[in-house]
Amino acid sequence: MIKRGKLDSLTVLIYVVVTVLGLSCLFPILNTLALSFSSSAAATAGKVGIIPVDFTLSSYQKILNDQQLWRSFLISMLRVLLGTSLNIFLVITLAYPLSRNQREFGAQKIYIKFVLFAMLFNGVMVPTYMVVQKLGMINSIWSLIFPGAVSTGNVILMMNFFRSVPKALEEAAEIDGATPFQILWNIFIPASKPCIATIVLFCIVWHWNDYFSGLLYMTKVHNYPLQTYIQMIATTFDISKITDIKKLQEFLMISEKTLNSAKIVVSVIPLLLIYPFLQKYFTTGLVVGAVKE
Amino acid sequence: MKGIGYFMSRPKKQWYYHLMMLPGMIFLIIFNFIPMFGIVMAFQDFSPAKGILESRWIGLDNFKFIFGLKESRQIFSNTIIISFGKILLGILIPVCFSLLLNEIKAQFFKRMVQTIVYMPHFLSWVVFAAVVQGIFSYDGPINALLMAVGVEPVMFLGSNQWFRTIMVTTDSWKEFGYGSIIYLAALTGIDPGLYEAASIDGAGRWKRLLHITLPGIMPIILIMLTMALPNILNAGFDQIFNLYNPLVYKSGDILDTYVYRVGMLKRQYSLGTAVGLIKSVVGMILILAANKLVTTFSDRRMF
Repeated sequence: MIKRGKLDSLTVLIYVVVTVLGLSCLFPILNTLALSFSSSAAATAGKVGIIPVDFTLSSYQKILNDQQLWRSFLISMLRVLLGTSLNIFLVITLAYPLSRNQREFGAQKIYIKFVLFAMLFNGVMVPTYMVVQKLGMINSIWSLIFPGAVSTGNVILMMNFFRSVPKALEEAAEIDGATPFQILWNIFIPASKPCIATIVLFCIVWHWNDYFSGLLYMTKVHNYPLQTYIQMIATTFDISKITDIKKLQEFLMISEKTLNSAKIVVSVIPLLLIYPFLQKYFTTGLVVGAVKE
Repeated sequence: MKGIGYFMSRPKKQWYYHLMMLPGMIFLIIFNFIPMFGIVMAFQDFSPAKGILESRWIGLDNFKFIFGLKESRQIFSNTIIISFGKILLGILIPVCFSLLLNEIKAQFFKRMVQTIVYMPHFLSWVVFAAVVQGIFSYDGPINALLMAVGVEPVMFLGSNQWFRTIMVTTDSWKEFGYGSIIYLAALTGIDPGLYEAASIDGAGRWKRLLHITLPGIMPIILIMLTMALPNILNAGFDQIFNLYNPLVYKSGDILDTYVYRVGMLKRQYSLGTAVGLIKSVVGMILILAANKLVTTFSDRRMF
């Protein structure tokens, strides 16, 4: 047995290393927070670490009047709401028939091949863009929701979870004359709450964090979701302008740092709010996700 | 009394299942399968004005062009080098971290650390890139440190020498905590009796690590490695797109960023589709191979 209360130097070292690694993961958020509360001069001079320098609320006062920021915030909220609802509806309605065996649902074998193929064969960015364009969804919120509506990975996750639901429950309901819809609604969904919660949370995070769909499908900044807006203001290198090291330096030194940090904080707060729930569930998701035969 | 469900014929029940699949299948067809037909653009000299049906067919010319380009050899090697580094560090650091965390007996401290290290995974690269830019900028903390020891400051994000290293290390920084979950779970699965027996036999910390802990998590390490290998052509678009600039195209431009720039920004649809197609096909073959491998040597599968 390992003796308690005895602190050898190796144990101390382990604590130190783990603490440093832990703090390094807090740094991004603390640094952004500190920048957002610092004066522009201090931030530009690179003096801000994890504690605000020349504490000020001016960045937050300024962004209160930034109409585009709040518009983008609302677009992202709406997207999360609509997108996640559609994701979950489709995950469940696809996963349930797919979880039936050959005897119960003969076409299962063909359908699963389709879904797996869609999952494995991706990366056709240009043709997908052209389909969205042809459907007239450029600059519409649906372009952020429909192309990724079927999250194939989650369908497989859900399908495996449904397969683990005890058969006895279902057979009892069948004898009572329940239709597949009723069985799904009354038995499978209640039995799969942790898995559904995991998928809901993952979908929320995905929709909230995705900047690329906005960049691809929105031609007007007016329609950008929040992450795309942040991406535009905070991190894009304007490719045409950076021609040498000096230009790059100038770009990285622009004094918008504090303002941008405040906007980033606004974009991270919703994530931090759901993080406790996320943490409760994502380990379950990973354990379920590691499929065993 | 028996309800209708009991008597419901199997074919009729199957119609319910087909009906349930319908909405999802419609979305899959429109947004996954129809775009696959767009792949024919890779074999055309596509022009949006003419459309797919009218555009000129040029066979494999696009592919010949891609493989003839000096630039594309660079892009392939960038992609493979960066993702190889990420795969390696993406296993090494989480394994080491979980081994360290496993040695910690204070439950409260352990749980707090876990809560913190999982967090960066959920931040988007847009947010994380802003922080990375700050750290590696000319006036950032790393350069301040260098100057303190008398070294000339380096423009890290504009340096072809440093760019890949920064991509690999910052990616592990963001993901190591989340990546350690699976190993921590495997560590709790090791029989405590083994440790007790080893202690009685006088095995110290290192011996226990070498003979019990490492062999105990070796299977999961091998599984994770196999599952990660198909990602060799995914060097991480979101990260690189948010951190690169023309100065580091030579070392940092990867397949996905190239597809986006050429296919979307420059509107060379055929070229973009051709590169995307190469990536998709190779990626799919690798995943299928990895899945085969994982199922043969373990009781798991990828999908």
